Amino acid sequence: MTTLTDPPKEHFRLSMLLYDTRYRSATIQVIALIGFMLLAAWIISNTIQNLEALGKPVEFGFFGEAASYDINQRLLEYNSRDSHLRAAFIGLLNTLVVAVLGCITATIIGVLVGVLRLSKNWLVARVMTVYVEMFRNVPVLLWIVLAMAILIESLPAPRAFRGDEPEATMKLFDSVAITNRGVYVPDFLFSRSLGDIHLFGTSSLRFDISLDLVAVLIVLAGSIFAMRKVSAFAAAKQESTGDRPTIWYIQLGILFAPMVILLTALGCHLGYPELTGFNFKGGTHMRNSLIALWLALSLYTAAFIAEIVRAGIMAISKGQTEAASALGLRPGRTMRLVILPQALRVIIPPMISNYLNLTKNSSLAIAVGYMDITGTLGGITMNQTGRELECVLLLMLVYLSISLSISGVMNWYNNRVKLVER
Amino acid sequence: MSDVSFVRTEMLPEQAPPASEVGLIGWVRHNLFSGWFNSILTVISLYAVYYVLSGVLPWTFQSVWNANSLTECREIMMATWGSTHGHACWAVINDRWLQLLFGFYPSHLYWRPILSLVLLLVALAPVLYSDRVPTKMLIITGIYPFLMPFLMWGGTIWGPMSAAIGFVLGWFVYNLLNKQLSELIGMIGAAVAAVIWWLILSSYFVGVMDSILPIGIEAVQSRQFGGFMLAILLGVVAIGVSLPIGIVLALGRQSDLLIVKYMCVGFIEFIRGVPLITLLFVASLLLNLFLPPGTNFDIILRVMIMMTLFSAAYMAEVIRGGLAALPRGQYEGADSLGLNYWQAQRLIIMPQALKISIPGIVSTFIGIFKDTVLVSIIGLFDVLGLANAIRADTAWNGIYWELFAFIGALFFVVCFSMSRYSMYLERKLQTGHH
Repeated sequence: MTTLTDPPKEHFRLSMLLYDTRYRSATIQVIALIGFMLLAAWIISNTIQNLEALGKPVEFGFFGEAASYDINQRLLEYNSRDSHLRAAFIGLLNTLVVAVLGCITATIIGVLVGVLRLSKNWLVARVMTVYVEMFRNVPVLLWIVLAMAILIESLPAPRAFRGDEPEATMKLFDSVAITNRGVYVPDFLFSRSLGDIHLFGTSSLRFDISLDLVAVLIVLAGSIFAMRKVSAFAAAKQESTGDRPTIWYIQLGILFAPMVILLTALGCHLGYPELTGFNFKGGTHMRNSLIALWLALSLYTAAFIAEIVRAGIMAISKGQTEAASALGLRPGRTMRLVILPQALRVIIPPMISNYLNLTKNSSLAIAVGYMDITGTLGGITMNQTGRELECVLLLMLVYLSISLSISGVMNWYNNRVKLVER
Repeated sequence: MSDVSFVRTEMLPEQAPPASEVGLIGWVRHNLFSGWFNSILTVISLYAVYYVLSGVLPWTFQSVWNANSLTECREIMMATWGSTHGHACWAVINDRWLQLLFGFYPSHLYWRPILSLVLLLVALAPVLYSDRVPTKMLIITGIYPFLMPFLMWGGTIWGPMSAAIGFVLGWFVYNLLNKQLSELIGMIGAAVAAVIWWLILSSYFVGVMDSILPIGIEAVQSRQFGGFMLAILLGVVAIGVSLPIGIVLALGRQSDLLIVKYMCVGFIEFIRGVPLITLLFVASLLLNLFLPPGTNFDIILRVMIMMTLFSAAYMAEVIRGGLAALPRGQYEGADSLGLNYWQAQRLIIMPQALKISIPGIVSTFIGIFKDTVLVSIIGLFDVLGLANAIRADTAWNGIYWELFAFIGALFFVVCFSMSRYSMYLERKLQTGHH
């Protein structure tokens, strides 16, 4: 009779590092790590040698020096005596402005086009296909430069608005002026303003928060909270008694009444742009570079979003639509209650990467002279100080942090709406 | 009694459907005016189409083809149609199209980029249409990566030849060591041998061979490259080189080896997190700092390296998606057949994973090809950089639609055909039962 015993324990031999799969992975990893470290050390030592030869040791002191260049489109106050750090901060805010504006308009246009592309209307579907293919297959930089050229070359100059019979007139009840120097839109003014809070004193990151804006936001949040309470109450009543109380006029009242009261109390009115001398004064001035970048990025990204939306809707099986109509839902409600909630789960992940792309593409602002972070930190600051290494590395770091934050937030949202399976 | 019946005993003859339901009218009713909302949409789109076409068609076709400047163009327009508005001045394209296509490439050598393009199509044919083109043509595909730089840059033939010898040497060493020792040592040995050849021995080899047998054609400097040719050159190189690197990175990211995995993840996420323009800044300003003092290699090569790394990171993510979509059973099946890692990848995993990721791969290709215009920002004269130069020229100052329409059309043709090809490939490779 034989007995099964454990095989004799093998002693470790050096050759097992190569031939035994248990140890081979360790060998490969060690070799890879050594190779990587050698490469890194080689690059770093080269860089140090090269910088020494150029007489430019790595240091970030230049950020405190006066930037001495102007940024014409900005959210916060800035003048050319401010530091390079302040300029980079203003640039960062400009990047975020165009990214947020672009994401919003791209989503609106993209969803609309994506749904219309699936329309049963032959002509509409074709027109939308042409739009999508045209924008997807031509570089975004071309669209940006073209938009800029169109704005500058074809729009009327401010002086065309002058005189008794002007060549150009302001649009939208004389409130918006579209000129070749940019678009002037009315802004909100408060005659009984609450004032501002100044944050961070006089440092480079200083900014003011308008208390009026804070008040408006608080009231808005309160109204929305109250509206949700009311609709929860209505839902509870429907659960218990079977009929739903009519609440839409209460909802409207809650939404608008406090806001109107607040705005009247603050003395809110619109400040219209007016032509004085050679240029418009008053209102908010959006420069052509911002408009061109915003327009081109939105239209370009919208074409991609349209394709994602279309694919998302098509991914929902036809059985869902048929089941919905068997239940007696009308097409509009089928879309809203059955198709879109399911399609959303397919749509969100690629949507995240498109928002990221839009944000990264906003760095092309440098081609039209919009002063975003690439234009300030990676453009004029770099050229003036000659600190390529520091500026480019910081620029990459900034974009990396923006990308990681966006993808973090969007992934959190994605996990929240994701279908939980088993 | 039986001849009285209350129901009809014979069928009625079939009637033609109402005129409003068939033919053109029926189609229009069903597709364009099926309800009030659809009718409004149709009317709006009809107006939009009319508005665009009524502007674009006369602009395109009632145009000036021969003039030396925009002013002359406008004079001709005034003389012919009485207005300068709504007429294209294609004369700018007629005047500068060679420059827009070839940049400052010497005009007597235009045959070389053209020959390269033709050979590119020949080299791609056995890859793209594997079922219709004989497999032997793959030899041209193998030679092309070395032939193309020779044709484009010119100079001695021994440079590209020596680059090719490096690969052959690596292959030879791998086979030798693989049989004698092990696969791992074989791979490392091959890499070391090739690198030693390229970095150290190659320059001696080129020098010696060039003095013995000077074969070569006229050299062209990198700064003379430009125009749409540059976009194609950068695109082809970035696309061709990034696919294998992307596959390696994707495998690295999926692998069980922790260190290798995190190196790949770090690389991919870093590259994907920054805009291409910052990587181009690295190419134009920093890459020379990273290399040993005194090395100064040319800007087009540096841009190629950064664009390749950029597209490799995106490619890696696309391929990883394909790998993740494969059912677990495929991996287990390969293991149970006793295949080792590389055999399993080559025979079982990759053919399926790549097939799944074709749409993504092609859209990455299209993306990287479109992104080549970004090189105009760092001062290379690609087609957009040249267009800006032409717009700054006094003769053509103020012209933009015609130039951008031309450039847009160039890109559109290439990108649109790539996306159509990907659809064809998807259909062809569809082996599922639908």
